[in-house]
Amino acid sequence: MSNCIHLHYDVSGDDFTRAGEASGAVKKRLKALGYNTDAIRRVAIAMYEAEINMVIHAEGGFTDIDIYPDRVEILLSDKGPGIPDVDKAMQEGFSTAPDNVRNLGFGAGMGLPNIKKYTDDMKIETEIGVGTKLYLTVNVNN
Amino acid sequence: MVVKDIIDILDGTVICEGDLDVEIKTACGSDMMSDVLAFVKDQSVLLTGLVNPQVVRTAEMMDMACIVFVRGKYPDQSIISLAESRGITLIQTRYRMFTACGKLYEGGLSGGTAV
Repeated sequence: MSNCIHLHYDVSGDDFTRAGEASGAVKKRLKALGYNTDAIRRVAIAMYEAEINMVIHAEGGFTDIDIYPDRVEILLSDKGPGIPDVDKAMQEGFSTAPDNVRNLGFGAGMGLPNIKKYTDDMKIETEIGVGTKLYLTVNVNN
Repeated sequence: MVVKDIIDILDGTVICEGDLDVEIKTACGSDMMSDVLAFVKDQSVLLTGLVNPQVVRTAEMMDMACIVFVRGKYPDQSIISLAESRGITLIQTRYRMFTACGKLYEGGLSGGTAV
């Protein structure tokens, strides 16, 4: 599609300090394209939480971003262990993150609830032992 | 309140200087970054006792202009460099979290939400 900008980033799974690089880069790009602050922030926060999740639970993966004039579509894909109970994972406060992650300021069980809160559409495809795909859409009202 | 006022009120040391004249409307004090990310507020300052690069990343995603490290904590060079590249001001204060938040609240800064 001619008026769609496609971006792709690999998310490194072995370096927690780098989690957020893809989100930061997308944020910068959307700003340069003149998208409104609210939409940019929602994309950035949702992507950032998802990136953190990929690093904590799945040893990284990749993300594909399609930027349309009226919406941003994001796919975050990993080959991690999968989510056994998606409904439970969606509850605020439920977390399976290890203690070392909590010491870093995450693992409070707010990741997926935050992602849902900031996106207009969220779809999770997950299979135990195979991985998880997270499809997010943020509508833009410029 | 601008960033300069926060430095004065908290008797803070500037570790990394961004725009010190930018207006700060709300504040958020937390060591849990997901809690910070749960509520979007405009032009905020983040007070935290957590010292790692994700503090700067969180501030970046939230468009925060300033981070205050409480209880005399000092970030390492990788954190400082990240903040510099994002134009985020880093401040160190010797006050503990509760006292630092209280002083800013007393100075007129609010949490930005009703509760």
